Amino acid sequence: MQFMLLFSRQGKLRLQKWYVPLSDKEKKKITRELVQTVLARKPKMCSFLEWRDLKIVYKRYASLYFCCAIEDQDNELITLEIIHRYVELLDKYFGSVCELDIIFNFEKAYFILDEFLLGGEAQETSKKNVLKAIEQADLLQEVRHNYFL
Amino acid sequence: MKEIMVRAIYCEMLGYEASFSYIHAIKLAQQGSVLEKRVGYLAVSLFLHESHDLLLLLVNTVLKDLQSTNLIEVCMALTVVSQIFPKDMIPAVLPLVEDKLTHSKEIIRRKAVLALYKFYLIAPNQVQHIHDKFRKALCDKDPGVMTASLHIYLKLIKESPESYKDLTDSFVTILKQVVGGKLPVDFNYHSVPAPWLQMQLLRILALLGKEDQRTSEMMYEVLDESLRRAEINHNITYAILYECLKTIYTIHPKSELLEKAAKCIGKFVLSPKINLKYLGLKALTYVVQQDPNLALQHQMTIIECLDHSDPIIKRETLELLYRITNGQNVSVIVEKMLDFLRLSKDEYTTIDLVGKVAELAEKYPFPYNSWFIQTMNAIFSIGGDVMQPDIPNNFLRLLAEGFDSDEEDRQLRLLAVDSYLSLLECDTSGLPQRFLQVISWVLGEFSFLKEGLEPADVVERLGKLLDDDAITTETRCWVLAAMSKLCGSSDALCKAEKVAHKYTSCLDTALRQQAVELELLGRDVDLRTRVLPQHGFCVWLQVDSSLSFLDGFVSDALARGAAPYKPPHQRQEELSQEKILNFEPYGLSLPVSLSACSLTDRQSPTALSLSSSLSNLLKLEGVKRVWGKQGYLPEKQATEEALAQEPSSIFAPSHQQACSESQQTTFSTIVEQDQEKRQLASSLFVGLGSQNLGKPEASSSQRFRRKVRPEDPSDVNRSLAVSSSFSHSSSALDVLLDNAIPDPTNLSDSTSEAVPAVGNTEVVEASEVSSLSGGSGPLAQPSSQVERGLESDLPSRLPATLVGLLRSDVEELCSGESLSLSACKVFDADALVLAIFLSNISDSSIQEVSCLISSEQLKVPEMCSTFSVLSFYLNVVVSLYRLVMEAPGTQAIVRGSVSCASQATQSFSLTLSLVDFIRPLPLTTEEYGKMWLSFSHDVKQNLMLLKHEEEDQLEAALTALKEKLCLHIVDVIGAEGIMACQLVSGRPCLLHCHTHGGMLAIWLRSPIADLPDCLLYHCQKAIQER
Repeated sequence: MQFMLLFSRQGKLRLQKWYVPLSDKEKKKITRELVQTVLARKPKMCSFLEWRDLKIVYKRYASLYFCCAIEDQDNELITLEIIHRYVELLDKYFGSVCELDIIFNFEKAYFILDEFLLGGEAQETSKKNVLKAIEQADLLQEVRHNYFL
Repeated sequence: MKEIMVRAIYCEMLGYEASFSYIHAIKLAQQGSVLEKRVGYLAVSLFLHESHDLLLLLVNTVLKDLQSTNLIEVCMALTVVSQIFPKDMIPAVLPLVEDKLTHSKEIIRRKAVLALYKFYLIAPNQVQHIHDKFRKALCDKDPGVMTASLHIYLKLIKESPESYKDLTDSFVTILKQVVGGKLPVDFNYHSVPAPWLQMQLLRILALLGKEDQRTSEMMYEVLDESLRRAEINHNITYAILYECLKTIYTIHPKSELLEKAAKCIGKFVLSPKINLKYLGLKALTYVVQQDPNLALQHQMTIIECLDHSDPIIKRETLELLYRITNGQNVSVIVEKMLDFLRLSKDEYTTIDLVGKVAELAEKYPFPYNSWFIQTMNAIFSIGGDVMQPDIPNNFLRLLAEGFDSDEEDRQLRLLAVDSYLSLLECDTSGLPQRFLQVISWVLGEFSFLKEGLEPADVVERLGKLLDDDAITTETRCWVLAAMSKLCGSSDALCKAEKVAHKYTSCLDTALRQQAVELELLGRDVDLRTRVLPQHGFCVWLQVDSSLSFLDGFVSDALARGAAPYKPPHQRQEELSQEKILNFEPYGLSLPVSLSACSLTDRQSPTALSLSSSLSNLLKLEGVKRVWGKQGYLPEKQATEEALAQEPSSIFAPSHQQACSESQQTTFSTIVEQDQEKRQLASSLFVGLGSQNLGKPEASSSQRFRRKVRPEDPSDVNRSLAVSSSFSHSSSALDVLLDNAIPDPTNLSDSTSEAVPAVGNTEVVEASEVSSLSGGSGPLAQPSSQVERGLESDLPSRLPATLVGLLRSDVEELCSGESLSLSACKVFDADALVLAIFLSNISDSSIQEVSCLISSEQLKVPEMCSTFSVLSFYLNVVVSLYRLVMEAPGTQAIVRGSVSCASQATQSFSLTLSLVDFIRPLPLTTEEYGKMWLSFSHDVKQNLMLLKHEEEDQLEAALTALKEKLCLHIVDVIGAEGIMACQLVSGRPCLLHCHTHGGMLAIWLRSPIADLPDCLLYHCQKAIQER
């Protein structure tokens, strides 16, 4: 996977994760172009896009678009399921997730993503294990937090 | 601080610059509490990229956290390491990450494996020594760790499938267990067991089973099982199915499985879900070359997809059609593609599709020339200026060189002229520049073919083009060049001169040159006819690439005290050797004409030869500028080999006739469809099925073939000039004006030196059989003793020139019933000489033995050595190959095959190590110092020295390196040693060693990128094996 973007229906970026080194300017350009193309597509259309030499896989959940860029030989369907699994994880963690959860706790969303995908590859596919890792880290964090207070 | 950092991340995401906070992110990761550290690391991984300078500051933090006893801290450090880590710093953390592979917590092991995967991606050679540990990870009891290790294996196997064939069995067993539901329920996803793991395994199996029947056979069963299990109607099962399909079609085919797979493709294509349909089309595209009937089965679906509202589906369908194009359906398919192109706005798609259309139009015959011209016109106007430049080049070459029949050539050219004249009548402002260039060239060259057309008329129309402000200078040059071809009559000349006069004072030198040339040629009719003959669009020009006609000029200049010419690299070296800082820009010291020439038109043969064959004597400053900054040539350098092709036959079957029977039967099964679609289908799928689609080129006759070019093997530098009106013709023109027509003998002089002396095969006939120990033994059964005797004797058969050199032992490569092959490496100073001994071990004679070797990584002389006869038992011939490693790699594989008249081909392969290509480089310490500073690529690593009890560790290590790797020890100064070596292609690598506390710090530097990396790997091995 090359990168993952989350953006709202209004085209506001909510989360971005790049697995390939690119300059900020390029990142901005790609984001702008992609958000435009994806938002212009109708709901009945295919979730896959050919864009430059990449494949874009996107899916809409409520008001949020999840959008991944993969290489040509990668499997599009499994990428769609990666998106879905990530949404499931967020859902489980936040308890029926909504856009606001991600806006206000976006660092948490990043932590979950880092536990699930590492360097662009699926790291841990067991839902239980991912959440356990996150909870452990959170727990320790809380304890230390209280201790310092 | 934590809150502020989170906000900074947010700002950055919204597109505001927040680079001031980067350093604070690193500080936070360094100093904060665990809570803050986590945010700090996150911020770092989001803000910075791999080569960011600030990342160096993070290395120490990461090192500290990796050693921490707190699990969470270790996790965080590993996470950040596997996301961004500077390449040069990998050696620092590598041992720590390696240790983590044996950690008791699976999450740590998993992350460590992924971190190593990341290291492998950015610096493969640095993790080569831990491949064994990957195997351990593969056998880990935790499925998560095992899954992670598959990422590495996928990459490794992609690079060299051969070395991992032995793991096939393990992969198949794992897949069986997964499919059989043996994993914990945690890993299920929508009740499918570990889909990610399954797909990874399927991909690996595809790589392993590709073109390998034996390995493929091992996996048939489990593939069948996977197909059978994947029956629930959910995306994830389809994802697995799709991967299965790909694997089945990649590995050695088995008809039963293919049948099942074909059915599955049907499921995809016929699915109402659009995503699945897309994948179905993709799968069809993938398999259609193997099995064109599949496309026939789904033709109605394909037609529907062609009119689909989603452009992505359309695009994929066109891709599929492109694969099934043949001589009969090409016009319909091209039309569909052009329709799509007219609607598409995406630049990337346009470039890609335009290229494909052009390829199809050139490749397939079509009864009408006009179709070809029209299609090309459409391509030029749609593709415009974004398309690949070789499309117009190829088109013009096709027109200029012509085909096999003169009449057809004439007709085609005339058609082109006609269509362009009518195009010029209309509004030309919307036409792309490239198209205008093509138009003006064609009109300049061929408008004389049209009877009743006044050249003056054409000149006037072309002149109108120039009035448009929007056209570029490059196009203007093309137009002027066309005009100078046209001014045969006084009327036309008058008009052309009027136009040209405007440009004689133009600021752009290329344009001005063109205009001045036009004027000059107009005045001198004789010269004009000599330089620009009317039918001169396809003549062979001899270009004196050695520039010998300038020799007089150069020697004059030298006599007047000018400095001799030095090539740019030599100058660069000299500059870098001066240790004083140079504040002047380097660019200015280069002769302007040289940099302009080699940068602007790389394709110009004159510029090429200029930069390649400059003799040391030639001084460029002061040489008259012969090569202007002219537009690119319509013709590429003619070094590309001419294709010899058979004469073509005209091919024009009607569509109805060509409708094969198989289609008609398919049609009858389809229920009433509307007439239009059927027609479309019949025209699209005509010629499919019964014909062999896999090789369309072979089955259809090609009309548009290039003529066989006259070839003169002794003359490498010959170049073809399509037209004498473009830039290299202008150099020829100047040559003519100077009255210094190159003498052909100069040419052959210069080329004879250039003939590469790389490969030569020497045949040493072994005539003295009596000396062989086995000569007296029973001939019917060659005993092993005989062979051993033979082997020890083989080196004596090497030619005298190689006898004194260092060589390896003779090893046996393979042996068949009658031939036995052995090889020996001889380490010559400038190449590795591979000697292959072919010995006859049967008692009959063997006829026509030929031996051929090839290698992907090495430069191998491309030739086949043939020996007419090996007449008697133990008759030996030697075939010698001089191998040179151009691009360094840790090892290189040489494959070869031996065939003889009576027997099956025997093939063999031989792995050569980088060490075989390394030679010592004798240097003095000063020379070493100078070179060290001038090399740009370096690698550093610490190696563990195993033997602590040794007195002088450095000396022992240096000796080991010297013996194993053939290095030259330049000097030993205290605890530091310096060594030098070179690759046989002549490129040096310098080593600097330093011991401290049981570690050997090695620092390698070289002018080429991969050499230090690869050599380091061998140093590691040498030290470990010691």
